[in-house]
Amino acid sequence: MKTLVWVEHDGQAVKDATLSAVTAASKLGEVHLLVAGENVAGVAEAAAKIAGVGKVHVADGAPFAHALAENVAPLVATLMEGHDAFVAPATTTGKNITPRVAALLDVMQLSDILSVEGPDTFTRPIYAGNAIATVKTSDAKLVVTVRGTAFEKAAAEGGSGTIEAIEGVGTDAGVSSFVSAEIAQSARPELTSAKIIVSGGRALGSAEEFHKLIDPLADKLGAGVGASRAAVDAGYAPNDYQVGQTGKIVAPEVYVAVGISGAIQHLAGMKDSKVIVAINKDEDAPIFQVADLGLVGDLFKLVPELTEKL
Amino acid sequence: MKALVPVKRVLDYNVKPRVKADGTGVDLANVKMSMNPFDEIAVEEAIRLKEKGVVTEIVAVSIGVAKAQDTLRTALAMGADRAILVTAETEVEPLAVAKLLKAIVDEEAPQLVILGKQAIDDDANQTGQMLAALLGWGQGTFASKVEVEGDSAKVTREVDGGLETVSLKLPAIITTDLRLNEPRYATLPNIMKAKSKPLATKTPADYAVDIAPRLTVVSVAEPSKRQAGAKVADVDELVMKLKAMGVAK
Ligand SMILES: Cc1cc2nc3c(=O)[nH]c(=O)nc-3n(C[C@H](O)[C@H](O)[C@H](O)COP(=O)(O)OP(=O)(O)OC[C@H]3O[C@@H](n4cnc5c(N)ncnc54)[C@H](O)[C@@H]3O)c2cc1C
Repeated sequence: MKTLVWVEHDGQAVKDATLSAVTAASKLGEVHLLVAGENVAGVAEAAAKIAGVGKVHVADGAPFAHALAENVAPLVATLMEGHDAFVAPATTTGKNITPRVAALLDVMQLSDILSVEGPDTFTRPIYAGNAIATVKTSDAKLVVTVRGTAFEKAAAEGGSGTIEAIEGVGTDAGVSSFVSAEIAQSARPELTSAKIIVSGGRALGSAEEFHKLIDPLADKLGAGVGASRAAVDAGYAPNDYQVGQTGKIVAPEVYVAVGISGAIQHLAGMKDSKVIVAINKDEDAPIFQVADLGLVGDLFKLVPELTEKL
Repeated sequence: MKALVPVKRVLDYNVKPRVKADGTGVDLANVKMSMNPFDEIAVEEAIRLKEKGVVTEIVAVSIGVAKAQDTLRTALAMGADRAILVTAETEVEPLAVAKLLKAIVDEEAPQLVILGKQAIDDDANQTGQMLAALLGWGQGTFASKVEVEGDSAKVTREVDGGLETVSLKLPAIITTDLRLNEPRYATLPNIMKAKSKPLATKTPADYAVDIAPRLTVVSVAEPSKRQAGAKVADVDELVMKLKAMGVAK
């Protein structure tokens, strides 16, 4: 089987989510990549070094600069004439583009796969991960998105893919355009690749307290910072911090939940973490049902003490 | 302009899903069903656009079992003007839903279709994008802000790195994220009024759409369970355990 993997990048570097998608694709067959963007020669070179990749198809042109689904999906659909499977990481970019590709190909997409059970059979989470479905497709081509935490990352170095420019690209569908982006700049590790994450919940009470308590603990641990939906909705933390069913799915070595109750929608995003630490004043909070190290008490007292003693 | 808002009847988000003992799916017998929360946000957004004078008519659509009527009545009670129910007694996959919606769009000619970004049962996150592809329209997915100006819509999207704003030529597709708005509750008088609002019942055959599934669910299982509930006495014990694991020095 010939697979085409969407390379997620920021114009400069290949994002880690790509590497998990490559691993998933390698279980299906040959791995070829698609790098789409503007001035992405550097990205294409980096992508070609990913272990195990064959061809790296490059679509370099203004219409692809912001990965607008309206411009990218027809390109992918055309490339799929020569491939059997389109595989994208389940990032917001992957989720935006992939169903558009599936519909153009008249294929039913499999979202967020957790494992490859066979050439047409996959497992995927449903009901916020409260159930795992094994699903078999009858479509001639495959269109899937891949949950990053469910697959090992392919080695970023050691491959020798061949770079091939796609001729005659550059059409703008003319129905959408990029206006602006507010992308958070942070010195902290990205949530989806952080080894340790400290997350704060509604109990923090304000943005000031959130930063005063969570940031120093995260700094001590070299951790990324996350938040519950309630904390994001209340404005204590920006939207890209949200962990859960509808936020980011994370599985770090250690996840520290501070003042988070453990609603199923939150657990959906972090319950595959290796070790879960929970600090909550309510000893019956559902978060303790998944915590390996639960500490009952007032976070305003316990968190500064923990930060100091680490 | 007209807005079309598709809504799905799903297991209420407060109910813990239980996998059926025979592994064929999740038990939906005698449990509370509600409108998918993201679809409530979609209905609310359409109503707000109507209150601003941008939208003139809101048509709610549901594809599903006869009981999905209740979900449509909720949309009507919130403020939708009329409803269309396409009945199907079996699961309809996102691709088939998108095809049915395309047929309805062809008839109704809305300028905006506002959908939830995902349904909290199958968590697929596909229908809006698929509909946009079938129509060749622009798509503003995972929206946290929508501004309609003349013949275009400016949509702010929640993306992994933060926020992104795109401009879409109308007609267009929007899918909602959690922070777009807080949906209103239907008031009792409005619930009463909704009972007399028009609700048309159709079948997939009326639209000549083949809804035969492409996917087969082989089995549905519980996820692996975590060893639960170990507690530590105090911060010192927590620090000791973290050090033993090599997390802290
Ligand atoms: C469609 C949908 C999607 C959703 N998606 C997500 C998602 O992706 N991610 C997500 O997180 N949520 C999501 N939610 C929301 C989810 O249901 C919960 O409402 C949310 O996770 C609660 O956040 P919280 O735990 O911070 O707040 P709460 O549930 O209010 O919990 C606060 C906790 O802090 C504890 N506490 C209070 N004071 C102190 C103190 N001084 N010291 C120690 N502990 C204290 C309390 O005991 C309580 O357990 C979603 C909901 C819906 C309907």
